[in-house]
Amino acid sequence: MTLPPSFAATPFNQIAPALFWGMAGVLVLLVLGTAAALLLPVLQPARDHTNLRQRMLSWWVMAALVGAALLLGWPATLGLFALISFMALREFLSLAPLRREDRLVVLLAYLVIPANYGLLAIDRYGIYLVFIPVWTFMFGPFILAMIGQTRAYLSTAAIFNWGLITCVYNIGFAAYLARTPLTQAPQAGGAGLVFFLLLATEANDVAQYVWGKLTGRHKITPKVSPNKTWEGFLGGWATTALLIWFVGPWFLPLRGWPLAVLAASMPVAGFAGDVTMSAVKRDLGVKDTSQTIPGHGGVLDRIDSLTFTAPLYFHLIIFFCFSKLPWP
Amino acid sequence: MIRFIFLTLFARPLARFMTGADVIGAEHLPKTGPAIIAANHNSHVDTLLLLTMFPVRLLPRLRPAAAADYFLKGPLIGWFSRSIVGIVPVERSQAGSGADVLAPMREALARGDIVILFPEGTRGDASDEMGELKSGVARLANDVPLAPVIPVWIEGAGRVLPKGAHLPVPMNCTVLIGEPVPWTGERLGFMAALREALLALRAKAPPQHWS
Repeated sequence: MTLPPSFAATPFNQIAPALFWGMAGVLVLLVLGTAAALLLPVLQPARDHTNLRQRMLSWWVMAALVGAALLLGWPATLGLFALISFMALREFLSLAPLRREDRLVVLLAYLVIPANYGLLAIDRYGIYLVFIPVWTFMFGPFILAMIGQTRAYLSTAAIFNWGLITCVYNIGFAAYLARTPLTQAPQAGGAGLVFFLLLATEANDVAQYVWGKLTGRHKITPKVSPNKTWEGFLGGWATTALLIWFVGPWFLPLRGWPLAVLAASMPVAGFAGDVTMSAVKRDLGVKDTSQTIPGHGGVLDRIDSLTFTAPLYFHLIIFFCFSKLPWP
Repeated sequence: MIRFIFLTLFARPLARFMTGADVIGAEHLPKTGPAIIAANHNSHVDTLLLLTMFPVRLLPRLRPAAAADYFLKGPLIGWFSRSIVGIVPVERSQAGSGADVLAPMREALARGDIVILFPEGTRGDASDEMGELKSGVARLANDVPLAPVIPVWIEGAGRVLPKGAHLPVPMNCTVLIGEPVPWTGERLGFMAALREALLALRAKAPPQHWS
């Protein structure tokens, strides 16, 4: 029995050139960042550079995991994103104010993850679209009602629904892009679409941070996220928009004004995801959602922008490019 | 050997999957034995977290103190408790009868082991209240002055597997490790200082508890 081609790992001579060079570029950035992390303690011995060193080491691990999953094919990519969803949801439900009676509902919430990604794996995209936003949205609160604890009922239902949408449903879009057939995304295949989504989202995070550090003066959300500035936002917006406009054509089936729409809106979505999660963390009274990723914080801290950019990127590509849905 | 393989290849990944196994203050962990780890207790998960937070080379030294009446009651659980978890048995029923229930722990400390104990004596109900601390830890600190007493607060474990539950639910936990509580030569003052240290750690924990 031969596996259908999309099930098999990508042979190395069949990696799309854009994906190969994109990964090579990330490798160069990692080497440069690591060199900086190793050199800075020599140049500025007085300051503590532990955080930068940890951050860079974690970037290596994250890049290796994502790179391996993309090269192994879409089932591995779905699996990796399901694991990311689980860790993010676990962090969120552990910090949110749940009640003692909700303990087994937390377990049920985790079971939504294999169902959500399973629907993608068997190509039931139509059911996937409504599974969490309609069915768990209704039946989750019903189960909470059957528990019989009415104290904080409404806010508890909101916590479960919000966590499932951001950590599971929205992240599923990023994983499903890996399933796009080569005919629909001839530039670098589905893996290339996922790669460029992650590249643009993380580049935006880094660019907004660096512009803010270098030039930031006017606070944009002083109460929610006091480190965010207009200078950081605009500098990051311009950097990411240029990246998408000039590098995007190697990965995306978008050209002209649809590409411009994507370039202009992606950095805004990344910023929105970041600020929204900051508001959640401020409400909960924590700085990071966990310590899982040394130097970065929790998984949810790392993917906060992605919870907004993934559905936007997915739907803009669908809207502009695919005359009919690319999946069977 | 079985213990080492079990703890590194099974218990560690399990702890990460079920709890995230975050540790704050790892620099306060003892680098060598003898030492006494004094932690709050809400779940069997506490022992899992305490056994997996240490560097691998200290694994052979780790000895959780555990109630003999509970953990040695059957041959299978007895074998698991002794050979895998590596418990020091405590005869709770003998306490107050004049028998020296602390002797096994004192011997373990004399061998240079790191004894993990729960001064509350039993698992609590994962509410915000910490139970009354039993003063055995003060007697150990008096008898083995070489062993520092290190306070550890575990947040969240009582939600993963509360007392009486059989089905574990993955939820993030945080282990907070404090500076050693010095033995003052006086039991009441020492116990008050230990309680203070544990409550101070609790105050720094993320809100991983029921509302």
